[in-house]
Amino acid sequence: MSTFVSEFKSRAAEKSGDLRLRQFIRTALRGYETARDRRKGAFQSWESARQAAAETKWEAVNHLDTHLESLVAKLEARGTKVHWASTGEQAREIIAQILRDKKARSIIKSKAMTSEEIHLNQALEKEGFTVVESDLGEFIVQLRHEAPYHIVFPSMHLTRDEIRDLFQKELGDVPSNTPEDLTMVARRVMRQKYIAADVGFTGANFAIAESGMISITENEGNARLTAALPKTMITLLGIEKVLPRFADLALFLPMLATAGAGQPMTCYNTMYSGPRQAGECDGPEEWHVVLLDNRRTELLADAEQRDALHCIRCGACLNVCPIFRNVGGHTYGTTYSGPVGSVITPHLRGLQEWKHLSNASSLCGACTEACPVKIDLHHHLLQNRRNASAAEPAFFERLAYQIFGIVANEPKFWWLAKKLGWLTQPLHGAVKGSAIDPAKAWTKTRDLPPMPKETFKDWWRSRK
Amino acid sequence: MSERENILGRIREALQTKAPFPGVRNETVAPVSAGSPASHAREWLPSVGASIEEQFSLFARNAADLKADFQLFASREELKTALLKLRDAEKWTRVASHGGTLTDYACKTLGLPAMLTDRGYDVQEMEKCDAGISECDALIAQTGGVAVTSRSAGGRALSVLPPHHVVLARREQLVADLPAAFELLRQKYAPDYPSMISFITGPSRTGDIERILVLGAHGPKKLTIMAF
Repeated sequence: MSTFVSEFKSRAAEKSGDLRLRQFIRTALRGYETARDRRKGAFQSWESARQAAAETKWEAVNHLDTHLESLVAKLEARGTKVHWASTGEQAREIIAQILRDKKARSIIKSKAMTSEEIHLNQALEKEGFTVVESDLGEFIVQLRHEAPYHIVFPSMHLTRDEIRDLFQKELGDVPSNTPEDLTMVARRVMRQKYIAADVGFTGANFAIAESGMISITENEGNARLTAALPKTMITLLGIEKVLPRFADLALFLPMLATAGAGQPMTCYNTMYSGPRQAGECDGPEEWHVVLLDNRRTELLADAEQRDALHCIRCGACLNVCPIFRNVGGHTYGTTYSGPVGSVITPHLRGLQEWKHLSNASSLCGACTEACPVKIDLHHHLLQNRRNASAAEPAFFERLAYQIFGIVANEPKFWWLAKKLGWLTQPLHGAVKGSAIDPAKAWTKTRDLPPMPKETFKDWWRSRK
Repeated sequence: MSERENILGRIREALQTKAPFPGVRNETVAPVSAGSPASHAREWLPSVGASIEEQFSLFARNAADLKADFQLFASREELKTALLKLRDAEKWTRVASHGGTLTDYACKTLGLPAMLTDRGYDVQEMEKCDAGISECDALIAQTGGVAVTSRSAGGRALSVLPPHHVVLARREQLVADLPAAFELLRQKYAPDYPSMISFITGPSRTGDIERILVLGAHGPKKLTIMAF
């Protein structure tokens, strides 16, 4: 068993046993659901909007080469420097080199899951740069030296008391534990960091091929400041983020807000098309855009699951997933958790090592229903299972099913199996759930009802 | 071979196989249309009334939901009174703004030292201002938000750095919905767009602590939209 699967299992057991945390997460997500449903209801047709969004992303992803070329040509025409990175390592090196060239010391960052994906902060800190996360939730988890719990709500697992204690330890005096006071503490600390930062770093939500723009969605205004104050700006984005047209945002921005947080629109939706232009009074002198592949092209090559690249990272599938709700975000051990993480991680980091995530699903389909761009998530989980066992068949599982097939196809064997089951079941009680129980994984936490002496067939026959 | 060629090469190779069109499995909704599916967005987004009055009242309701303060005036004199009232209520001593018909009028009315961003400015100075006063490109009835750009609203920082952002607009700047706002921006600027276009929908906010709403996370705690 790989270490990833054993870690997943032990963390899942621990977290699903933490009733306080489960209750806390459930309450938070119930609030989300109410708001989201209200906002979905305000659409004249949410379902048609989903279909249009899916078709638009399909068009973007299935003509990715031409859209990327258009995006890059437009960006470069306005003075933006575009870099291409096939791997996370290349992206880290490109970014570190920009920082070295600029003789930068401090970097202010707005939220970017791609930077989590390539472990950027650790790499930059190792080189002696100071990296400050400015999104409040990201700032909190950075102070705790942990990964975001959720791709949209990074600190949703923490209570106000835990955050107050953390701030008191790391930042000094904190007036109270109210979210208002705690937010103001972070705001004060961050203001001076913004003004002092040499480089601003952002992620991206969309890239517009037609007009050469990067669109960033946020509520706090931290990305706005990151893109306004420092002299140099760096943006890292996955190559799948493209949308064909500027006007497509009129559909995607409200859908992202609704699916992601139950808002009609996120507070700031900002499109950047270049560094500071002639006649403009502020903004970075230099803007570097780093396009990241990092095995996205492998997912692209799988036509069956290509629509997983439609993902706009709204987190809707996490919020409704019974597995995510109970085992929590950190249990996955991946940058992208929840259903979409379980689908794409095997493509990004290896099928055999991450196939267990596709098994950690009840296949209820809630994720597929929640997805604003109609990614066929729960079928992709099944396809991952199929692909994993086709590539590396599980010997005992296959043997067991072959034997079952033989027994179930022959009435005499079936009758015998039932009788034997009835006879031997009392003996199972002695080993149930213990190390020598062959069905331990199943029986450890479950009871098998006693097998009746009289089978259905016997009963049916006697009735006649 | 450059990484650009490597990546584009892998993309082209991957796209040799066709992917199924979305929504063909067990779907109740028919494919929307060929060409540009999002161009029909108006038919599915939240509805907006047909008349200007309905749209203004929708804008006002949406702005109130977002905890933005929206004030609609019959005349320039009413705007003047409201600005002075705001100045006195919040005890402003210094504001940041930019050159423009409405902003020039506001700065003159307020009679306070005003830091203008047009020819460059000092960030620390702006940080000390009580309010940032800017114009905008559009008010959007559907969302209760405004669209600003680095060209129309005094650069990138003016609308987010001071603790109170005051947006000045003319009635005619109201558009019905998001598709109309994008069309307006396209007609006004394409292909030479300002380097920043921002849709501001309510004052800065966060829910990162226990999912409880707090205003003024990094950007302004207050957003006032004044139109006449």
